[in-house]
Amino acid sequence: MLTVDALKRLHVSVSFELADGECIALQGPSGVGKSLLLRAIADLDPNEGSIKLDGTLRESMPAPTWRKKVTYVAAEPGWWADTVQEHFIAWDEALNLVEKLGLPSGCGTWPIRRLSTGEKQRLGLVRALLLRSRVLLLDEPTSALDPASTASVEAIVAERVSTGTSVLWSTHNSAQARRVGSRLFMMSSGRIEEHRF
Amino acid sequence: MSYIQLGYNDLILPALLVVMNGALSLLLHLRLEWQLAVASVRMVVQLVLVGYVLTFLFAAVSPFWTALAAFIMVLFASREIVVRQKRRLLGLWTYGLGAGCTLLAAGTVTMFSLLTQLRPEPWYHPRYALPLLGMILGNTMTGVSLGLDVLVNGVMRERAAVESCLALGGTRYQALLPVIRDALRSGFMPTINGMAAIGLVSLPGMMTGQILAGVEPVDAVKYQLLIMFLIAGGTGLGTLAAVLGGGRLLTDHRHRLRLDRIASEK
Repeated sequence: MLTVDALKRLHVSVSFELADGECIALQGPSGVGKSLLLRAIADLDPNEGSIKLDGTLRESMPAPTWRKKVTYVAAEPGWWADTVQEHFIAWDEALNLVEKLGLPSGCGTWPIRRLSTGEKQRLGLVRALLLRSRVLLLDEPTSALDPASTASVEAIVAERVSTGTSVLWSTHNSAQARRVGSRLFMMSSGRIEEHRF
Repeated sequence: MSYIQLGYNDLILPALLVVMNGALSLLLHLRLEWQLAVASVRMVVQLVLVGYVLTFLFAAVSPFWTALAAFIMVLFASREIVVRQKRRLLGLWTYGLGAGCTLLAAGTVTMFSLLTQLRPEPWYHPRYALPLLGMILGNTMTGVSLGLDVLVNGVMRERAAVESCLALGGTRYQALLPVIRDALRSGFMPTINGMAAIGLVSLPGMMTGQILAGVEPVDAVKYQLLIMFLIAGGTGLGTLAAVLGGGRLLTDHRHRLRLDRIASEK
């Protein structure tokens, strides 16, 4: 259970709970603070408030440990080495997910600069999924994907949710929000309003 | 040891060369004449003043005056480091980081050479301490400013990569390592290039000066080697401290990238 209590970051101010094996869809116009919220939960920006995972306060553990449990996946993931597989601790373990997401198994040796935006987005997700985090904070994870790839991403995340992973999924697509989420948070002027499907 | 002494009137003829440059600038509409005039006057005034200040310091041989002169040199060096940055750190660190690391590195290396190799009497004798510090300071300053510039710009450019590594549970050092490596390489490069080219492409000013003053070339070379080793050590130490310190300042204890600590571009 992820408990977010009075989280404040710039104009964003929210409280909510996210149960194990639950996926909440997060919607709202661009610039309303969806990414700010997700980044703040992952402690990637200075923020105030109390955030707990199973009752354990975020500040009681080192930030890298927290982020391995509560992982933020950016819409445009970054790359620090030249080839794909250098970004994975164990590329062999990634192959299964890579293929499920419609990428060729030989893409490990591809240079990063030849990847399309959609390929980067899927590989960024695989990289995060390998951590087997308790909570995934997905920031528009299918914004650059075609319908087939979008469906495979949704299927993989649904599989994780069914085994107990909690997900907060930011999307501009209302149909997708209904497909993936059991609850919907509508964000406006930095606050969230809850809708049940 | 004998050397040909110069009077001020001996400098008039060479100074005409600069006047000739000014005339060329006017003739070719380069609009450099004003800058050239200011730079020439500054050079003359600064150097003559330094001559008298050094004469005073060498006569006084006082730890206080020597330390004050060294302090002022470090202040100018840190100002120069800041001026050379495209993007600066905010707050006290704008000057603090560059000045601190330059002082640490140049100071340590100068003391090291004074206490172990040159051993003048007293050890802080300004005739040895100040020229040594000046030469090491100038090179350390270049390394520190290049290193910091590449670090700050690299972090801005590679922001997505750094934050992705952090988001996946990397520590701030793991996330910054590629940028830190680039910054250290840039900081060390001028010294390495300088060492490789010395003697073939360039005759160093200090060595030339000693030779003109009547010192045997082989003895002048020994001094130059000492200086080059000190410069390499000082630049390495200063650049390392500045880049690692800069990396620490651009992140915080929760391993977050803090680009808000960089001032917006000039």
